Amino acid sequence: MASRAYREFWGFFFILPFLLVFAAFEIYPFLDAIYLSLFDYGIGRKEWVGFGNYAHLLGDEVFLKSIRNTFLLVLGVVPLSVGFSLATASIVIHKSAAVASFFRASFYLPIVTSQVILSIAWLWIYNPMTGVANYGLSLLGIGPVMWLSDSSVTLIAVILVVITWCVGQPFILYMAGLGGIPASYGEAASIDGASPWRKFWSITLPLLKPTTLYIVVTTTIGAFQTFVVIQLLTGGGPNYSTTTIMYLLYETAFKYGNLGLASAMGVLLAILISMFSLIQFKFFRSDVEY
Amino acid sequence: MTKGLKWAVDLVLYLCALFFLFPIYWMITGSFKSQSMAIRIPPELFPSSPTTANYTKLFAESEVVRWLLNSVLIAGGATLLTCAVATMAGYAFTKHRFTGQAVLFGLVIVTMMIPRQLGLVPLFTLMRNLHLVNNSWSVILPVLALPFAAFLMKQFSQTVPNELLEAGKIDGCSELSLFARLFVPVVKPGIGALAIFVFSFTWNDYLWQLIMLSDEAKMTINVGISTLVSEFSANYGAQMAAATMGFIPIFVVFIAFQRYFVKGITVGSVKG
Repeated sequence: MASRAYREFWGFFFILPFLLVFAAFEIYPFLDAIYLSLFDYGIGRKEWVGFGNYAHLLGDEVFLKSIRNTFLLVLGVVPLSVGFSLATASIVIHKSAAVASFFRASFYLPIVTSQVILSIAWLWIYNPMTGVANYGLSLLGIGPVMWLSDSSVTLIAVILVVITWCVGQPFILYMAGLGGIPASYGEAASIDGASPWRKFWSITLPLLKPTTLYIVVTTTIGAFQTFVVIQLLTGGGPNYSTTTIMYLLYETAFKYGNLGLASAMGVLLAILISMFSLIQFKFFRSDVEY
Repeated sequence: MTKGLKWAVDLVLYLCALFFLFPIYWMITGSFKSQSMAIRIPPELFPSSPTTANYTKLFAESEVVRWLLNSVLIAGGATLLTCAVATMAGYAFTKHRFTGQAVLFGLVIVTMMIPRQLGLVPLFTLMRNLHLVNNSWSVILPVLALPFAAFLMKQFSQTVPNELLEAGKIDGCSELSLFARLFVPVVKPGIGALAIFVFSFTWNDYLWQLIMLSDEAKMTINVGISTLVSEFSANYGAQMAAATMGFIPIFVVFIAFQRYFVKGITVGSVKG
């Protein structure tokens, strides 16, 4: 039997590279963010302000607007993409393997394509004069929509784009989940005279609950951090109608150099997201063994 | 369901798929349209007189080749190193015992749920103090620390039977050859799934790369393309050519390793 010191040595030997990068580039930045959020910190200045940054943020109209926008975005994106992927997966699962992989690829391709590339394509599609979106609407007799400059529609325009990369992963997970439900469950229910709807609500949906929960939480976390599409499509405008927390954080830190204030935003965003992550943690504990 | 309803449902389904594929189709076909055709209303669904002028302009007036090369080197380097670091970590977590193991793994789980954006500002000041601004390492190193990578490899490592390693020990293998000759070959499919995940994660890690890489010669493809939106403003054909150049490499990777993509998604989430 090897000695204790020998075993400790080889354990540390294999964990050491990860331990070093994890401490330096993951743990340290998190802790430092909390620390920096207590300072008025920028180029050439670092002054202790306690919770001053937080007090400022909670009274700041633009920040409150960014919270509102972020929540509206989450409320638009999450139910739509989860509902859509469940509905399509429930239909596609009964199709042939070739059809199934066509849909899998169609929905997953936008994820593979980076958000930057898709946003640039949408920038053209949404152009009020030369874009194909307004051309399509004109065929239906609907007048030109100022997709990216009319503050009553910009958030909807953004949500439509974000949904294109929020469906691929849920769709694949639902296909896997549906494939794992034994056919005998449905057959037994059919013998008992259950309608297809009844089977879906009473058998399929409850069995997919862990998958659904995971999808809802991960999609929510992703939507909370929406940045790319805002930066490229609207720049947060018009009149802050599409400024998300993440975009405001980026502007505050890297455009205006208010690093302390931006750190406080990061902490508040992390608290918001952690509340949702806690649900995930509970779910992880009950359904996945480490 | 009646036959008519079934047809209607299928029609809606295919129209939905079209909605997801259309932007990519529009981008690729648009890249072959001349400036006048690109802004013509009604638009052409397919370019009747395709031109490569947009690509000529793109290659002449931007550093797109360099950006692609930077992206490949950064994403490739990050993938290789992360796979090495995370495979060793997975091995240490499941096949070894060391002080603080449970605490460290707890931290991995907790940090997996904290958005990385929280550490954005400190990570930036850290990189500045390390003099790594506009250096590829500034966008590679944080990827190595991804807690999800270590978590995923721990999941895969658990499937390796302990008996295999015991047998190796009895045969007199050294600790290093137990890892390299017995453990790594068995856990290879897991490393494949991780590699795909890390490669596409790094390739698309736009926000962080935007912050760290402002020097045109150091930019990755996504950061570079985003600067062309204002440079080629209103020249949609050229913008689409740039976007298409960014799309092709990652598309090729996707086609080549499609099954690993699907595996990475399902393993990372729900078991069973």
